[in-house]
Amino acid sequence: MEGAVATRPRRLAPALTVAGAVVLAAVALAVGLSRGGPGPPTMQERVQAVAADLRCPVCQNLSVADSPSELAQQMRAEIAARLRAGQAPDAIRQFFVSRYGRWILLSPSGSGLGLVAWAAPGAALVAGGLVVAFFLGRKRSRRAAGEDPPLTASERDRIRREVAGLEEPE
Amino acid sequence: MTPDGATGADRPRRWRWAAASLLSIVALGALLGFGLGRDPRAVPSVLVGKRAPAFVLKDLQTGREVRLADLRGHVVVLNFWASWCVDCVREHPGLYAAWQRYGDSGVVFLSVLYQDQESSALRFQRRMGQGWPDLLDPGGRTALDYGVSGVPETFFIGPDGRIAGKQTGASSYALLVSKIRSLLPDGKAA
Repeated sequence: MEGAVATRPRRLAPALTVAGAVVLAAVALAVGLSRGGPGPPTMQERVQAVAADLRCPVCQNLSVADSPSELAQQMRAEIAARLRAGQAPDAIRQFFVSRYGRWILLSPSGSGLGLVAWAAPGAALVAGGLVVAFFLGRKRSRRAAGEDPPLTASERDRIRREVAGLEEPE
Repeated sequence: MTPDGATGADRPRRWRWAAASLLSIVALGALLGFGLGRDPRAVPSVLVGKRAPAFVLKDLQTGREVRLADLRGHVVVLNFWASWCVDCVREHPGLYAAWQRYGDSGVVFLSVLYQDQESSALRFQRRMGQGWPDLLDPGGRTALDYGVSGVPETFFIGPDGRIAGKQTGASSYALLVSKIRSLLPDGKAA
């Protein structure tokens, strides 16, 4: 009896440690969130955010943010100048679209023909899933019914020929 | 029964598969052929038919400011170029000849230096000859305003201030003449 009482605090100790750690983590998270993250983005971060959506016209599959080309540098400087003048990121993207066409945007737009590009992968995934589900379902229902798939005429012929070969050894 | 053991009952199914495969291959081939026939770097200009973006740029030689707004009523041939660009060297004689023919008929020729050094441009002018203004574009802002992605690019601006056409890559005398003539009033197009 005495032994049981003595072991209880020892058993509780790990649980209390874990509970304390959880409470501490929750408090730290709450304090961190209340401070609102690392602060407002710098000018360079804002420029990079807009430049990342634009295609570098003289590169192969590089964004204006990632390209070291002179044209991309000039485009980044233009973005910075426009941000400093108080233009919104969307208005700046629209400026480049008005000069270079929709081609300049790395992501297709969410409307019109651009919607097809967004929807196609999902549609292909669903269609593929349906095909797989159809074949699996058919196989399973056949197995449940205990029947083998019917033999084709050529398979039946082959069996007949091979059995005949077994029966008449040379 | 055929030599490979297939019977008449299998044939339609096999044909269906063969036809479907062939059709997919042909469709894929057609798509690839269509894609390969296009130049992936050819950027279509969305500016044709729109008002030409305004600019005020300094002439490399005289330091005088040139304002596009002052040229309303004239046909303007606006050529973006660089001395390091091979196609610009190639198209220069045609540009020069067109300027000699139409420079006095109210057609304004302007060049804009693109990602180049002033000293190189001046050397080029001395060597090749150039009678029309060559404009400096600090930071390439005017080139960005015209959606330029490489040189040479030539814009044809009508008397109404709208961009009537654009040539990406080297132009030629024949092309320049035909574009200019299409923009000049009938009496002046000789």
